[in-house]
Amino acid sequence: MASELQTQVRAFILENYLFTDDESALGPDESLLDRGIVDSTGMLEIIMFIEDELGVQVADEEMIPENLDSVNRIAAFVSRKK
Amino acid sequence: MCGVVGIAAIKDRVVPERERLSRMVSAIRHRGPDDEGYFVAPGIGLGHARLSIIDVAGGKQPIHNEDKSIWICYNGEVFNYIELREDLVKRGHSFYTSTDTEVIVHLYEEFGLDFVHKLNGQFAIALWDSNRQRLVLVRDRVGILPLYYANDGDNLVFSSEAKGLLASGYVKAELDPASLDDLLTFWCPVAPKTIFKGVQQVRPGEMVVLESGALTTRQYWDWEYPDDNEFLRGEPQSLAEELESLLGDATRIRLRADVPVGAYLSGGLDSSSLVALIQKQELSDLRTFSIAFESKAHDESGYQSELSSHLNTQHSSIRCSQDDIADKFINSVWHGESPILRTAPVPMNLLSGLVRQNDFKVVLTGEGADEVLGGYDIFKEAKVREFWARNADSSWRPMLLQRLYPYLDFSGQRNQAYLRKFFGDGFDTVDQLTFAHQPRWNMTSQIKMFYSDDFKASVVQDAPARFEAAANASWPAWKRFNRWEYVEAKTILPGYILSSQGDRMLMANSVEGRFPYLDHRVIEFARKLPPKLKMRGMCEKYLLKRAMQDSLPESITRRTKQPYRAPNAEALAAASGFDEMAELLSPTNVANAGYFDPDKVTMLLNKAKRTKTLGERDNMAFVGILSTQAWHRLFVEGRNERHRIAS
Repeated sequence: MASELQTQVRAFILENYLFTDDESALGPDESLLDRGIVDSTGMLEIIMFIEDELGVQVADEEMIPENLDSVNRIAAFVSRKK
Repeated sequence: MCGVVGIAAIKDRVVPERERLSRMVSAIRHRGPDDEGYFVAPGIGLGHARLSIIDVAGGKQPIHNEDKSIWICYNGEVFNYIELREDLVKRGHSFYTSTDTEVIVHLYEEFGLDFVHKLNGQFAIALWDSNRQRLVLVRDRVGILPLYYANDGDNLVFSSEAKGLLASGYVKAELDPASLDDLLTFWCPVAPKTIFKGVQQVRPGEMVVLESGALTTRQYWDWEYPDDNEFLRGEPQSLAEELESLLGDATRIRLRADVPVGAYLSGGLDSSSLVALIQKQELSDLRTFSIAFESKAHDESGYQSELSSHLNTQHSSIRCSQDDIADKFINSVWHGESPILRTAPVPMNLLSGLVRQNDFKVVLTGEGADEVLGGYDIFKEAKVREFWARNADSSWRPMLLQRLYPYLDFSGQRNQAYLRKFFGDGFDTVDQLTFAHQPRWNMTSQIKMFYSDDFKASVVQDAPARFEAAANASWPAWKRFNRWEYVEAKTILPGYILSSQGDRMLMANSVEGRFPYLDHRVIEFARKLPPKLKMRGMCEKYLLKRAMQDSLPESITRRTKQPYRAPNAEALAAASGFDEMAELLSPTNVANAGYFDPDKVTMLLNKAKRTKTLGERDNMAFVGILSTQAWHRLFVEGRNERHRIAS
C-alpha cells in the first residue's frame, strides 16, 4: 500500500511530466532519468516541489540519483529527512 | 466606452464656460464618437463623449435622477446593472432610460458614497450631487479605465485623458521628473502620479470627493492577501470547478450589450480559455480577432488558427510588419500619453483598428489572468531565486533558471559568476516586498544613465523606496508569492498593461475592452487560493489549466507560456519610415527637450542602426528615449495636428 508521501510524489510527477493521472504510467521504482521523464533541470523542479510542499530541504550533496531517481527513492529520502 | 470631462469650482459657485467644456470634449472625442452632452450649473460643468453600447437610442449623458438633483457623466460598464436595477425599482426608484448609467445615480441616492461597492464593472465616474454641492470622482477597482484631474486652487478639472485637461486651458503640458524616474524604474508612473506635472490620476479603487472646498480621497478597494489561516482549503478539483464557474459568470455578464461583442484570441491560455467560456454561453457566430507578426519569433498565428477552428469562431487577423510598428509608433504615444519602453502597445493599436473596421465596438480580452492567477515569468524567476537563496552556495540550484531562460550558459566559472551576479543578487532581501521585482527594476533603471546632467540634478532617484513607503502596511503578513503579485498589480497592471497597452490602444479606434479575469469576484476568490495552486512548481496558472483542461486542446494547456512581445528597437531602426523618427533623436531636439544627454543618445542611435539585435537594456533605452522625445513633441511642443485629425 502506497504511503501518502508516495502518492503525493507520484501525483506531482504524473501531472507535471507525464501529463496524466493514470497511475499505471509510472511504476514506483522506475528510474525517472532512464525513462527520460526528467532531465537535470526537471530534477531541480522536483526538488523545488519537495522543499515547497513536503517541507524538507535538500543539500547539494543529497542531489544524487540514489535519493531522487524514483517515486520510492524520493519518498524514502523525504521520510528520512522529516 | 466613453470619455468624461468636467470643471468644478472649488471656492465659489462660478458657472463654468460651456465653450471650455466643449473644447475638452473635442480633445477626447475619439473615446466617444457617437454623441456628446453637457450639464452646466453654478459650481459645476460636466461633459461627455459617448460610445453607444447599452440603450443606444436613449442613453445620452449626462443622466440625472428623478428630481434632477444628481447628475452623472460616466465612462464604462456596470455589468450587473440588470440585477441592481431590479432591486432599485423594488425600493421605489423610477428610471427614464434602460442604461447602466442611470443605475449608478439611483444607487448613489440609496447608499451614498457606499454605492461603489455594489458595482461589478469597469468605470470612471463623475457624479454631481447638487443638494450637497458635492463632486464624486471614482475609478474602478483595478484601474481599467482612466481618470485624470488637476487642481489650481480655484478649479478642479478632470478628464478621461490628459488631452482633455490640456484643452481646458487650466493645465500646461510639462514633464514631471519624478514620474519619468518612476517610468524608467517600473515601466510607468505609479498612481496618483502621471507623466504630466501637476496632473494626478484617481488611483484604481479610489474615490475623490470635492465638498465645501475640501478635496478628500478614500481607497474603497485594494489588492490584499490573506494571512496563513485564511487560505481556501478545498481540494484542487473542487477549487478548479469553482474558478470555472466564477469565470463563466464573469464572462456571461460581460456579454451584455446592445451591439455585437467579439473577443481577442492571441493563441495563449488566457484568451483561449476566455473564448471557450464565451462559447459555453451558446453564442452563434462568435467573431475573434488577433495579431500575426511577420517576425517568426513573435508570431502565434498557428495556435490562433488551431484554436479558432477548435472553438468554432469566425476569425480575423491582422499581419503586423516592422514598417507597421514604425508607422503607428508616434500615433500610439499620442493615444497612450506616456513614454513606453517596448513597442508592444503599437500592434494593439492596429488590432483595435481591425475590430473597428469589422464594425465591432466591444471585445472581451484575456488580460489580467497573469496577475490574478499566477502567470508571469517574473514570479517564476523569483521562485527560482528564492529556491537558490535557501542555499546560496549551491552550484546546482541556479541551473533551474534554465527552465525559464533556456539560452543561459552555465558552463565555465565566468558564466556562473555572471549569472550569480545578476540573479543571485539580493538574497538577503528575499523577505522584502520588492524581492521579485528588484532585478528588473535595477536593469530598467540603467536607462537613467542617459539622463542629461541638468535633468539628473532635478530628480531624486528613490522610486523603489517611495513605492515601498506607500504600500499596503499589511504586506509583511502575506506569503512571499502574494507580495510579488501585489507589486505587479500596483505598478505595471494599471500603469502599463491596462493603460498604455490596454484602454488607450482600444480607445485609439473607439473600441471597448472587457476583462472577465479582472471581475472583482474572481480576484477576491483567487487571492485566497494557496499560492501553490497558482504556480505549482514551475507550472504557471495551474488551477486555470486544470479548470479548462476539458475545454481546450492539450497543445494549449500544455504549451509553455509565450509572453506577448513585438519587434522592438531593431524593427524601428530598420523600418523604411524611420528617418522621420530619427529626427526626434537629433542632438538639437534631444538638447531642447532637456531630459537626455545628446551625445549618449547619438551613440545609442548609431548602435541601433548598425546592430541587428540590441540587448534588452539598450532596447528599452532606445524605445524609451524615442517615445519620450515623441511625447515631448506631441504634448509640450503641441505639434500633434496630424494625430488630432486622425483621432
